[in-house]
Amino acid sequence: MLWKLLYRNAFRHKLRALLTVVGVAVAVLAFGLLSTLVDAWYAGVSAAAANRLVIRHAISLTFSLPIAYMEKIRAVDGVKAVSLMTWFGGIYIDRKNFFANFAVDPKSFLDLYPEFILTEDQRSAFLKDRRGCIAGRGLAERFGWKVGDTVPLQGTIYSGDWPMTLRGIYQGRDKSTDENQLFFHWDYLNERLKERWPRRANQAGIFVIEIAHADDAPAVAGAVDAVFKNSLAETLTETERAFQLGFVTMSEAILVAIRLVSLIIICIIMAVVANTMIMSVRERMHEFAVFKTLGYGAFHLGGLILGESLVICAAGGALGIACTFPALRILAGYVGNIFPVLDITPTTLWLDVLAAVMVALVAAAFPIRKVITVRIVDALGRVA
Amino acid sequence: MSAAPVIVDIRHISKSYRRGNQVIPVLEDISLAIVAGEFLALMGPSGSGKSTLLNLIAGLDRADGGTITVGETDISALSETELAAWRAAHVGFIFQFYNLIPVLTAFENVELPLVLTDLTRRQRREHVQTVLRLVNLEDRMDHYPRQLSGGQQQRVAIARALVTDPTLLVADEPTGDLDRVSAEDVLVLMERLCSELGKTIIMVTHDPRAARRARRVKHLDKGVLTNALETPLPECV
Repeated sequence: MLWKLLYRNAFRHKLRALLTVVGVAVAVLAFGLLSTLVDAWYAGVSAAAANRLVIRHAISLTFSLPIAYMEKIRAVDGVKAVSLMTWFGGIYIDRKNFFANFAVDPKSFLDLYPEFILTEDQRSAFLKDRRGCIAGRGLAERFGWKVGDTVPLQGTIYSGDWPMTLRGIYQGRDKSTDENQLFFHWDYLNERLKERWPRRANQAGIFVIEIAHADDAPAVAGAVDAVFKNSLAETLTETERAFQLGFVTMSEAILVAIRLVSLIIICIIMAVVANTMIMSVRERMHEFAVFKTLGYGAFHLGGLILGESLVICAAGGALGIACTFPALRILAGYVGNIFPVLDITPTTLWLDVLAAVMVALVAAAFPIRKVITVRIVDALGRVA
Repeated sequence: MSAAPVIVDIRHISKSYRRGNQVIPVLEDISLAIVAGEFLALMGPSGSGKSTLLNLIAGLDRADGGTITVGETDISALSETELAAWRAAHVGFIFQFYNLIPVLTAFENVELPLVLTDLTRRQRREHVQTVLRLVNLEDRMDHYPRQLSGGQQQRVAIARALVTDPTLLVADEPTGDLDRVSAEDVLVLMERLCSELGKTIIMVTHDPRAARRARRVKHLDKGVLTNALETPLPECV
């Protein structure tokens, strides 16, 4: 019967309860969305393979490395395979159509990144066509591309028109695999560079190596960097995870701000729900005095108030979580090109639940204390 | 006086309230014995301390000095938790404004004190139905307080006070908010509880008509018990 009482009390003032539920739902929704955005920022880090290392110029990523390094790297002990990538920075029709595009060595690239899944036909077509490219499923859907279409990229770092033919549409093996990228032949880029800007030719943005055992990463990284020590282009070799984390670290301040905003939202809703609970309990103080008169102790009274708070926050939390999924789909329409992997994680869902429970606990604490400590005769004499 | 045992033994009770630095005495050196099965009315002008005395007897408040023994228990020595458990088992309360929980039906209101007991749901249902039958409200058990008249609400409150079969029934102005007919019904019911079920009832009232229903009437004036009407009604004991 106490469950019935708890539920009826929680929704005794329907409008107030409804507004509080909506408040909690909005807070949980905002918390979930912001947490998912932060997760999306780290998507590259979580997708990083433990057995891949990235070799870049020791000074800065903006400096490229001579292609001649490739064979020297391949010769280092522990290196199983080598590939290369160059950030192209091309634009498709308009700047707002931003997506990541790289010039790669197709064969070694596809071998090194098994998470990009192509059909055998498409893989073969891509490898054969020097002007061919592959795009992720999300990107192809976004622009309505079909295999065989011409994708006219405009260079920003490497100016001019760069038409290429879509030879394949890859699917991600994992949920965290970015399906919003485009890859084309490094040879295509290099040939044009040789013609127009020979000094920029035969360069790679980064090299990616595969090692046999993830545990060997520090040793192999050290060995690679040692090969190019005191050269004109010294290298910095790090795990793919550390490499991706480097990008995230650049925007650390923004992430901290987002996290702070999430916490502030939760604190605000804590205050709102606490206020609701305080008002609700104050109005019914004489009823709680009656309960005390009948012999109800701190355990039962605390349980009733906490239960009410939990019912409201659970309803709000459930509504907020339910709204997060469609909200993320809408959000992905706007920021999907910046955050290709925008999925709510189980951790975020648990944090949503935890936030709702915390709000309920904090909101109930003050009224519980008041009800437990109030003298029966004082509360019975109180007119709400 | 009847040879029935003393059920409430009040000895040298005093109580005062503090308002800022001012100490306001409410009860001074009160001693009173109430025998089992007695129907006692406490009368007196407003502020005379009768409700305070009732609250002390019922374990709702604590005296500054003296002892109150109910049955074998010195309730002055009980902790708050023990006092709550004692109230649940030994005291039934009837308030002036009924104090029913508005979101619960008559049945659920009466069931409230039983939730704290070890009774099964079925046993609780039987107890509640019995007392609702006793107060003639069996057909209104699914009604919410707002759907009942004042007299009916007070009868639900009496049923709630009775349902645990307490040692004591305490009533604070039980007819104060009722019309004459409803008040009469409630008083007749309380008289029956005393005479037929042998319940010990302590009632605070302003109303001389209500007080006439009691076996004994004690007057309080400025915190002191005065020797006034004591009209024994042996059939009540």
